[in-house]
Amino acid sequence: MNKPAPQITPTGRPNPVDIVRASLKRRYARERRFRWLGATAVLIGLLCVVLLFADIILKGYTAFQQTYIRLPIALEAESIDPEGTGARAAIEDADYLALIRNALFELFPEVRDRQERRLLTSIVSVGAPNLVREYVLAHPDRIGTTQEIWVPATADIDMLMKGHINRDLPEAERRVKDQTLGWIDRLAAEGRIAKRFNTPFFVNGTSREPELAGIAGALMGSFYTLLLTLILSFPIGVGAAIYLEEFAPRNRWTDLIEININNLAAVPSIVFGLLGLAVFIGFFGMPRSTPLVGALVLTLMTLPTIIIASRAALKSVPPSIREAALGVGASSLQTQFHHVLPLAMPGMLTGTIIGMAQALGETAPLLMIGMIAFIVDIPQGFTDMATVLPVQIYLWADSPERGFVERTSAAIMVLLAFLFAMNLAAVLLRRRFERRW
Amino acid sequence: MNTMVETMNRVTDALSAVELAQERAFCQTVGDFTVPNPRMTCRDVEVWYGPKQAIRRVNLDIGRNEVLSMIGPSGCGKSTFLRCLNRMNDTIPGCRVTGSIKLDGQDIYDKKLDPVLLRARVGMVFQKPNPFPKSIYENVAYGPRIHGLTNSKAELDELVETSLRKAGLWDEVKDRLDQPGTGLSGGQQQRLCIARTIAVAPDVILMDEPCSALDPIATAIIEELIDELRANYSIVIVTHSMQQAARVSQRTAYFHLGDLIEVGETNQIFTNPQHKLTEDYITGRFG
Ligand SMILES: Nc1ncnc2c1ncn2[C@@H]1O[C@H](COP(=O)(O)OP(=O)(O)OP(=O)(O)O)[C@@H](O)[C@H]1O
Ligand SMILES: [Mg+2]
Repeated sequence: MNKPAPQITPTGRPNPVDIVRASLKRRYARERRFRWLGATAVLIGLLCVVLLFADIILKGYTAFQQTYIRLPIALEAESIDPEGTGARAAIEDADYLALIRNALFELFPEVRDRQERRLLTSIVSVGAPNLVREYVLAHPDRIGTTQEIWVPATADIDMLMKGHINRDLPEAERRVKDQTLGWIDRLAAEGRIAKRFNTPFFVNGTSREPELAGIAGALMGSFYTLLLTLILSFPIGVGAAIYLEEFAPRNRWTDLIEININNLAAVPSIVFGLLGLAVFIGFFGMPRSTPLVGALVLTLMTLPTIIIASRAALKSVPPSIREAALGVGASSLQTQFHHVLPLAMPGMLTGTIIGMAQALGETAPLLMIGMIAFIVDIPQGFTDMATVLPVQIYLWADSPERGFVERTSAAIMVLLAFLFAMNLAAVLLRRRFERRW
Repeated sequence: MNTMVETMNRVTDALSAVELAQERAFCQTVGDFTVPNPRMTCRDVEVWYGPKQAIRRVNLDIGRNEVLSMIGPSGCGKSTFLRCLNRMNDTIPGCRVTGSIKLDGQDIYDKKLDPVLLRARVGMVFQKPNPFPKSIYENVAYGPRIHGLTNSKAELDELVETSLRKAGLWDEVKDRLDQPGTGLSGGQQQRLCIARTIAVAPDVILMDEPCSALDPIATAIIEELIDELRANYSIVIVTHSMQQAARVSQRTAYFHLGDLIEVGETNQIFTNPQHKLTEDYITGRFG
């Protein structure tokens, strides 16, 4: 670089323009370096997210399909409804497993041995009789005919069809034996085996059998818990923030409260679980394992986050707006609700959504209050026994069956979808409030 | 080493100068601060920001149907004093006001007097324009609405229009009343704030440099408005423009470092100031 020599001005000092020009190159270089660093950081972050998502999706997408077997089931009137009354109770009590077994033996007449017949029966899920029962209840007029009904295969067959079981392994090391393989291949050749959309995953509660286990119970549990958490923590948090920021006198008590709120935000969440167990369940006698107690515990946990974020949002509202409102004779409350709150709302919503996202992913405190229980029924309200998504993921991840591996990943996807839905709602809400004039 | 000692000396000098200034004897106001039948009376008003005193023993009356202008160098406490008159200082933590300020004979710092009512009667236009982040219409309509001054939408529309007209803003905004008030230019915003204040029809209007962001035409409109408002209201205006003070006000008060130095007829203050400090300020030797 041929740097022009600094011109000397009449005052004997170098021309300021030259000094500035000389420093420009260095300044721009620094700026470029900084921008590069930032871009790298963002890239690394993105890469991690992509890796995580790719891993979860690759492992989990198969869970959205389930292997079904089509069986020609003879819905004999004499075994389903021997008296011919058509009464619901009679139809419900019938032995559908026997019908399924008969259908299988019909398809494989050469299987006669008891042991082999039991093996043959086991290719169908233990939930299959239920399915047939529901089918018959829905179509009672079809009793006495033979119907082709798709019933779920057992988890091992499902894994086999999804390629998770290696056929080339020696038989002793394989969960699906050669004989079963033969049956499956024959069924497949006859077009009696297919992978279909896994509706049960979205409508069932959990189960010991992977092919029957669904996410609906945990999803509804999370929904009720979070709904109640939001209902409790948002008004309380915002109210506390407004009081502390705008109305409370500045004295030793409010200082103490402020310090404690900041401390609470840093308390490990499991401590809140212990507190909930001791206070809500032990002292108040609330029902354990319920969204009610879960929400109370999570409210305690998210309150500090919401209060701190809301106070920051209130602080960022320019004081001139308050003065303007007070100046035309608005009362303190009117000033707050008409002018300060609308401006602070986006920040408050951001704090709330961060708190809610934390609450959605929280496991530890909920374990303490019994939301880890094995609950098959889908909760119908705040006081039904329930579990939540992260706990369900933890439970499934802990299960040895291969079928639960893909379901764990699928459950994580559902959790993430829940989170995205929540964030989207918050962003839309915030945009409404953010019509900053 | 030498320079350090020098700096130290300079610092101690400065400190003692500050102390001296603080202990300076109370300065007796020159001129007659009373008026017959006053709207507001201020006696022995002192204001502290924490330990720092900003206003020292000020006695001043504000008459009916008069414009009182307050002049003085920057930082002398004009805004502080003005904000005492509608208890706007209540909102500043650590700010303390003593003495008595009466509005129509009633002490405004009395526990029984509601500051909300006071601020409806003593309106204020702030030094920096501060429109609400709402529509132009809402800005003006807000005060009347919360006080319930109008009975119908039509009445409110009319009040908004007359207020905006008086503030000389109507022609510029009549087609965009639903646009944000913060989208106006600085001068327009200030006129919007004036319209907002007069829409509540207060008894006293406090104006803190209302024209500092306005061009000569808008300034003339505001000055005309002030003159017009005088028929029904008392107006206290802080200004840095002595021409403006001379044009709009009947009485003028000169502040200096928290003291009310001199108060009197505007004519007399500008033509025949009694106090040395006033004279220096007016003739431009100070400030
Ligand atoms: N909120 C505050 N906290 C502490 N000190 C303050 C505060 N507001 C004003 N002061 C001090 O009080 C003194 C008077 O300030 P004030 O704003 O009344 O001056 P002013 O006469 O209005 O000046 P200007 O003409 O520049 O507006 C100044 O020394 C200022 O630093
Ligand atoms: Mg000022």
